[in-house]
Amino acid sequence: MDFLNALTALFNYVIIPATSYGSQLALGALGVTLIYGILRFSNFAHGDTMAFGTALTILVTWLFQSWGITFGPLPTALLALPFGIIGTAALLLGTDRVVYRFYRKQKAAPVILVIVSMGVMFIMNGLTRFIIGVSDQNFADGKRFIINALQYRKMTGLQEGLAIRTTSVITVVTAIIVVTLLFWFLNRTRTGKSMRAFSDNEDLALLSGINPERVVTVTWLIVAALATIAGVLYGLDKSFSPFTYFQLLLPIFASAVVGGLGNPLGAIAGGFVIAFSEVIFTYAWKKVLGYLLPASLMPDGLVQLLGTDYKYAVSFTILVIVLLFRPTGLFKGKSV
Amino acid sequence: MTPSIRALVVFIGVGLVYLIVGFTQSWALAVTILNDGLIVAIMALGVNMQWGYAGLFNVGVAGFFGLGGLALVLITNPPAPGAWAAGTPRILGSLLFGAVVIWGALRLYRAMEPGRKRALSMGALLLVGLILFRMGYDPAVNSVEAVTPASTGNIGGLGLPIPVSWLLGGVLAAGAAWAIAKTALGLRSDYLAIATLGIGQIVIAVLMNEDWLDRGVKNIINIGRWPVPHEVNLQKQQWFIHLAQSWGIDVRTASTVFVGICFAVVFTCILLVLLTLAELSLKSPWGRMMRAIRDNEIAAEAMGKDVKRRHLQVFVLGSAVIGIAGALYVMLHGLMAPQSYNDPLRYTFLIWAMVILGGSGNNWGSVAGALIVMLLWDEAESVGPAILGFLTSPLPAGLIKQHLIDNAVQMRLPVVGAVLLLVLRFSPKGLIPEK
Amino acid sequence: MGAPFLIGDAMTGGYGPVDILHDCTVAVDKGQIAVIVGPNGAGKSTAMKAVFGMLKLRGGAVRLDGEDISRLSPQDRVAKGMAFVPQTSNIFTSMTVEENLEMGAFLRRDDISHTMEQVFELFPILKEKRRQPAGELSGGQRQQVAVGRALMTQPKVLMLDEPTAGVSPIVMDELFDRIIEVARTGISILMVEQNARQALNIADKGYVLVQGANRYTDTGEALLADPEVRKTFLGG
Repeated sequence: MDFLNALTALFNYVIIPATSYGSQLALGALGVTLIYGILRFSNFAHGDTMAFGTALTILVTWLFQSWGITFGPLPTALLALPFGIIGTAALLLGTDRVVYRFYRKQKAAPVILVIVSMGVMFIMNGLTRFIIGVSDQNFADGKRFIINALQYRKMTGLQEGLAIRTTSVITVVTAIIVVTLLFWFLNRTRTGKSMRAFSDNEDLALLSGINPERVVTVTWLIVAALATIAGVLYGLDKSFSPFTYFQLLLPIFASAVVGGLGNPLGAIAGGFVIAFSEVIFTYAWKKVLGYLLPASLMPDGLVQLLGTDYKYAVSFTILVIVLLFRPTGLFKGKSV
Repeated sequence: MTPSIRALVVFIGVGLVYLIVGFTQSWALAVTILNDGLIVAIMALGVNMQWGYAGLFNVGVAGFFGLGGLALVLITNPPAPGAWAAGTPRILGSLLFGAVVIWGALRLYRAMEPGRKRALSMGALLLVGLILFRMGYDPAVNSVEAVTPASTGNIGGLGLPIPVSWLLGGVLAAGAAWAIAKTALGLRSDYLAIATLGIGQIVIAVLMNEDWLDRGVKNIINIGRWPVPHEVNLQKQQWFIHLAQSWGIDVRTASTVFVGICFAVVFTCILLVLLTLAELSLKSPWGRMMRAIRDNEIAAEAMGKDVKRRHLQVFVLGSAVIGIAGALYVMLHGLMAPQSYNDPLRYTFLIWAMVILGGSGNNWGSVAGALIVMLLWDEAESVGPAILGFLTSPLPAGLIKQHLIDNAVQMRLPVVGAVLLLVLRFSPKGLIPEK
Repeated sequence: MGAPFLIGDAMTGGYGPVDILHDCTVAVDKGQIAVIVGPNGAGKSTAMKAVFGMLKLRGGAVRLDGEDISRLSPQDRVAKGMAFVPQTSNIFTSMTVEENLEMGAFLRRDDISHTMEQVFELFPILKEKRRQPAGELSGGQRQQVAVGRALMTQPKVLMLDEPTAGVSPIVMDELFDRIIEVARTGISILMVEQNARQALNIADKGYVLVQGANRYTDTGEALLADPEVRKTFLGG
């Protein structure tokens, strides 16, 4: 019984939160890694792209709610999501046309593009703050729980409760659908394969008649979708504020680099590695251990390896260790 | 136009704009912005040393800046004997122990053969070390933080004179930079950027959460200043009251402006000293070698230059300069508010925009860029809402109009971004190009 | 003799302000093999790139089947029926052999399965390894993938930049055999070779370049027989 209680607590506080956080990071990291593979720079504006897409989606959600349109038990934001994606795609394509294309034609060094992306970051960040303000926004509606703690306790007779939130399930299901579609696209379609070819060997792709501008356009479209979906899922699960999203840049980069920059499969693995490490290091294990250990062996403290305020230290440490010992990442990434 | 005349024109222009602010808005505002500008100019100098001299991509600026502020607090605040009795030595001992464990893990890494055995023993050492560290550290932290928590609750300082802390602000930042450089400098440029971004966030997390160190988000107030007088004392001085009357302004405003000018003089002196040193170093054989390495790392390495060592030197020096700026910033405001550093856009990326605008590699350019961007940034707070109020005047009063005016100050972000992008695109060498 | 199928005629030019090619001419007839040889730094690869439009010409012209194509981009030349196999990085390492071939045929909108079968017939080992990432293959097999990728556009001219660089002598012989087979199907072949003797053996036409200019031009056989050429360029 105690073992089942411990397992329940483990699921409730570690495995479920880490899985949904990992899915969100993975989607974010996929965007970073695609840009790195195709456009060959680390995009510092990615967190703000996510913020912009989410802000748009929230605005449309509010509009729908004011019209009385909802999505039954599911969050209205899912209905608004396509509009957020379209708006973000327009912004990214516009940015590419006005800003990035010039440097691409010049074949500028990647580091210049990184600095350029810093400028874009300022603009997107300010735009988002201007549109929606700086404060926290909770925009999840619909049914909150699929199973709440009380129901679970009644069902199983266990002392420990397990709550499955609707947003966690939506996150994981959406992530699976998105990733499946993305891999189908990259591995099975002509355009997807041409993107992989371009990422693998740009010169040879040109020699084969692949149109670089088309590849870049498609990449930005996919990135817009990935970033908006990742941002909306994160915001549904937790909450939205421009600054939090800006800060997500670090764990997202860590995921992409740990998995191997430019490698989509790696980005997903990296997202889960980072998410699980963060949660495992910052979770207070007292509860789980309380069920497993006899009272005499029970430690006094919370058995928390690091305070939650230091969760970025976890992603950072993993990032540095991987960079030092396996610079191309766990899966083989590329180095430009 | 020769570069030096161009620089002169730029500086005269910047000076004029500050004067216009003084005449049209208020002198207090002009002096406030100038002081902010002088401090970020020192930061920009540090970033320019790293990026402009050596091509090192540091986006952990806010962290080094915060460390400089911490140094001021730790050096100049009065000692806290209560905290010392409660466990300061134990905290320091635990930290030392932690350092020894990390050192030991590194020794283990070098001594053992690569493989699972090494990974496991390093992991075990670190885990046991972390647990032991927490056993020593946590109770001590709790008891130190329990000492008069409303006013102190931290380990206090050494009570040394303030100028010492300017230097030690640099030293503390340099020490952190050295540790980072030792691990991360071999990395490719954008990896280094990501690594420094992480370091910056961690340093700020420490400053925000370790209350025993600097009271965290509870802030430390009434930090000393030197050699600048306090406004309240000035207002009581007969000669000053006469001076204010002869200017025809009230004593309070006069004291604010006067104190601001004193600060500006101090900061300008420090800036000029650092600028002179930076210029001299750039013209020395060391500086020439630095630039040679930046322009062609492979060739420099082939010629037997120790690239990694040079990079380490310039990274540490640049960070030290940022640390000095951090100490001055806390002295200016008399306040250590760690939470305010948690804004990389303002404390890291804005500095980058200044360096790029001014002209990477040119120290004078960085200073000019800093003074310009700071003005833009600070003015957005007063001018932004006014402009939006004007633009939205045809709109009926209502939620949307109010929202636009309320968020007008955020428009400074896109403006800085646009300036950065325009400079990169049309004048990549900046306002005052490198010679 | 009529005009050759592909000719880089009196080409002058280089990458920067300094010319590398001086009045250099290379040409190939339909279904024939032309080989460019010469010492290191003679501008062999540069001549090849000039023919393919990868550097700007200051003088001279490139004509394909009588049409002046000097102004076309490399991509447009691919569409005109030219294919180029670079010396290095000539495959997509992370993609399977089959995908490499598909990418070769990227511009084609018709059914490519027949062409792919032909490539597999020419290089049977590729059929066996069609699902393997090309980066995992041996050096000789990678070159086969590279040539196969170029053939997927059904080109009229195949240009090869040192196809045998870094492969063993046995593999080299085999590759040359395949190249002869390709030429027999009516495709003209223009290639740069480091292994001058073996290459001239299979060449209908040979060009010896020195310092960006033509030094000797003749049939492969004649060049091999020329004592001067033998002494200076073929090591006796």
